[in-house]
Amino acid sequence: MPWRQLAKMVRDRLIFTGQLLFTLLVAAFLIVPAGLSIAAGVTVNYFRGIQSGLTLQWIAQVWELYAGTIVSSFVIAFATLAITLLAGVPAAYALLIRGGRVARMIEEIITLPVAVPGLAIALALLLTYGGFGAFRRSWLFIVVGHVVFTMPFMVRSVMAVFATVDIKTLDEGGASLGAPAWRRFWDIIVPNGIPGILAGSLMVVTLSLGEFNLTWMLHTPLTKTLPIGLADSYASMRLEVASAYTLVFFVMIIPLLIAMQWIAERRGVR
Amino acid sequence: MTVPAGHGVAVRIESCGKTFAGGTRVLEPATLEIASGETLVLLGPSGCGKTTMLRIIAGLEQPDAGGRIMFDGNDMTRVPIERRNVGMVFQSYALFPNMSVADNIGYGLKIRGVPRAKRAERIGELVQLTGIDGLEDRRIDQLSGGQRQRVALARAVAVRPGVLLLDEPLTALDAALRERLRGDLNQLLRSLGITTIYVTHDQAEAMELGDRIVVMSKGRIAQIGSPREIYFEPANRFVAEFIGAANILEAPVENGQLMLPGGRLPVDKPANQARATVMIRPETIDIVNADAASLAGTVETVRFAGDRMRITIREAAVNMLAVEVPNTIAVEAGDRIGLSVAPEAIRLLPAECQ
Repeated sequence: MPWRQLAKMVRDRLIFTGQLLFTLLVAAFLIVPAGLSIAAGVTVNYFRGIQSGLTLQWIAQVWELYAGTIVSSFVIAFATLAITLLAGVPAAYALLIRGGRVARMIEEIITLPVAVPGLAIALALLLTYGGFGAFRRSWLFIVVGHVVFTMPFMVRSVMAVFATVDIKTLDEGGASLGAPAWRRFWDIIVPNGIPGILAGSLMVVTLSLGEFNLTWMLHTPLTKTLPIGLADSYASMRLEVASAYTLVFFVMIIPLLIAMQWIAERRGVR
Repeated sequence: MTVPAGHGVAVRIESCGKTFAGGTRVLEPATLEIASGETLVLLGPSGCGKTTMLRIIAGLEQPDAGGRIMFDGNDMTRVPIERRNVGMVFQSYALFPNMSVADNIGYGLKIRGVPRAKRAERIGELVQLTGIDGLEDRRIDQLSGGQRQRVALARAVAVRPGVLLLDEPLTALDAALRERLRGDLNQLLRSLGITTIYVTHDQAEAMELGDRIVVMSKGRIAQIGSPREIYFEPANRFVAEFIGAANILEAPVENGQLMLPGGRLPVDKPANQARATVMIRPETIDIVNADAASLAGTVETVRFAGDRMRITIREAAVNMLAVEVPNTIAVEAGDRIGLSVAPEAIRLLPAECQ
């Protein structure tokens, strides 16, 4: 009996160690490249390695060359957010309240850009609006692309929260007390949809900041976003500059991802 | 504590039917009048159309073409719910989770532009009336089911609605609480004296709360009447079986007597028919000496229910006969007993009915 117990203990131990090693290995496989890239961004000469010394000069250079792309990325991201909020939240409300086949069809159409390649959406936009020169050349053109691409994420996450709090009945409750639709929207619908609106907002901003496919097709030399700048620097700058650029992107995007995780967790707790 | 005055509007439902997209008819066109201050209960099993009827009155659903809803003679059919001045209690209560108890109760007043001080006064009145004083600052998720139910009720009557609509307001609660709140609710509705339409599938609730009951089945009105009429004089077999316990007997009639396997029963108003369907309530059957009785049977089971005994009897009728007797009577399974029923307690049902 003690022998069998001992054997079982040893076996459990081995299994645990094996699993731990495997996890660490996978993590390393994913994290090491990121780490290397970040390290490259602050190394004087990547080919001579870390002993060549650490420096912030590449980051400074990135800032000098590409600060414009970072600014325009944020401008575009927040403009996209504003539009998806203004259109997406009322749309989610309307789709949920109306229900029925038409609502489901509209929902599907809104969701389509998730599945359609960004390049195809960009091409469609170019075919349709390419002739409007001033619009085509402005950053608003990229905003339009981003709105098309991110809208489903806003609408879906808001609708999911609306469904869990049974917004339809709450809406009827508000109506029975005499509140007109716009009053119900501000007093009842929006406050009770906050978790979904927050989650959707973070998703939209994150996706817009990192969007490449669509943007690459839609941008002009004067309307570059951060990911386009990244591609540009990979193609034409020394490796250290490109890596420093990655580092900058990381620093910007990680807080957003953490916030997203945090909100998701809070929603789980409630 | 002041009891709000006003007795509400008279409601008239005029040939209101409802067919959903896709062609399912959930409500046959029905006409119904509810007097000012009356409590009317819509009673029936799930899917009978009672909630649809309530939602049409509320303005949450539109009746099919031709149907009209009148409040005090004014056509409200095209008026949306927010301008009908109704108070509604939902089955799930629909309390706003983003507001405190007080804000929930005061929301309708706020919408109507009642100033803050007036609002606070009315909220104070209502928490007293519904027995939830002290909970004003609580959030909704900090309340028990019974407390939520009271908040929902307070919120609905806060605006002094013309008609109060309640959609299964006690169904979400457990049995003991339901029974207690039913009593409270009854008292509250009586003291408010407001026109009330109450939807439930629970016949005990309907009996206790309703001035009149509308029994519904499969989208149709099966019977309208006072609780007594519904209980003692059911219009058809469905009502008889849905309300309380009932023995339904189908038997040939001879010389004004119902011919049963275990003997005969005199019928009060013998119709000119060869066969009859009758209903007998279990508590109207008395146990007598088997030798003297015109109807006899054998006791199959005896269940002691505390305040009374429930007995089933075989061989008296084609089916098992259910009898309720005082808890003092001594009978055992297998006993041969006689049965007597007052002729007026035997209710003739229309022959072709379901």
